[in-house]
Amino acid sequence: MRIPCPLCGSRDRREFYYYGSEDYLKRPSDQGSIDDLDNQLFLRDNPAGVTRDVWYHEAGCGAWMVVTRNTVSHEVLGSELVAKKKGA
Amino acid sequence: MPELIAKTALAGKKLVVAGTTLAEIDHGAVRSIAPYPGQELAVGQALLPLGFGFPAVNSFAEKDGALIAWAGREQAFLIGADCPDLGGLAAVTDQSGGWVSLSLQGPLAVEALARYVPMDMRLAAFPVGAAARTPLYHMSMVLMRVAEDGFRLMLFRSMARTAWHEIEVALKTLAARAA
Repeated sequence: MRIPCPLCGSRDRREFYYYGSEDYLKRPSDQGSIDDLDNQLFLRDNPAGVTRDVWYHEAGCGAWMVVTRNTVSHEVLGSELVAKKKGA
Repeated sequence: MPELIAKTALAGKKLVVAGTTLAEIDHGAVRSIAPYPGQELAVGQALLPLGFGFPAVNSFAEKDGALIAWAGREQAFLIGADCPDLGGLAAVTDQSGGWVSLSLQGPLAVEALARYVPMDMRLAAFPVGAAARTPLYHMSMVLMRVAEDGFRLMLFRSMARTAWHEIEVALKTLAARAA
C-alpha cells in the first residue's frame, strides 16, 4: 500500500502511523451537549466507499495528514496536511 | 567553564567493501531551524550570507563546507556552520550531539540502501541534491544524495552502531554474492 504524503510524495505504508477517523479533528464546542462529545469520541461511520482518516508520517517528515481512500476498491485518492487544513 | 571535548559517535570509523566506502563524518555543529509560522522567507533571507536559503521540501544545499538539509515539515538542519541570529524568526536548537553522520559512497551504495530504505532509490526518483526523511530499517534518518553513487546519512546517535552494523552486513552480503 502506498500513501501520498503531501510533502514527501508517494511512500510505503510502513512509514505511516494510523490515527483514526477524520472525526478526531472535528472537536465539538465546549458549550455543546454531552451527546456531541460522545459522538465525536466513540461513534464512527463505517462506510463502504470513500472514507477519510488521519495518518501520521511517523518514519518520515513527521506531518499529520488526512488521507482519502476507498474502502471498497482500496484506491487511495489523495491526502492533505492537517496544518494547512486548519490554516495554521 | 571547563573546555569539553566533543567526541563523535563512532570515533571516525571507516570501512571499505569492494570499492564502496562507509565512513563516519564529523558533522561539527548541527542546528535545527524551525521557522515560526509565515517566517520561512525571512529565515531564508537571514541564511543567505551562508550561500543558501531555507531548503525546499526534499532537498539540501551545500556551500563551502556548510550544509542545510530539509528535515521535516517546516524544519531544516544547518550543519557545519554558525547559525545566524534568527531571534523572532525561528526556533533554533542545538542537536550536534544527537546525531551521527555517515557517508556511503561507491558501486554498492544504492543496492545496500535499497535493502533497508522503503523508497525508490533510482536516480530519476531520488536525484543528486535530493534529501528525504525515511527510515533505515526501523531507524529514523535524514538521507541526502550527494552523487550518483554517494549518500550522506544522518541517524540518531543512540543508534549509530546498529545502523553501522546493518549497512556493513548489507555491503558484505552484496560483495559476497557478486564474488
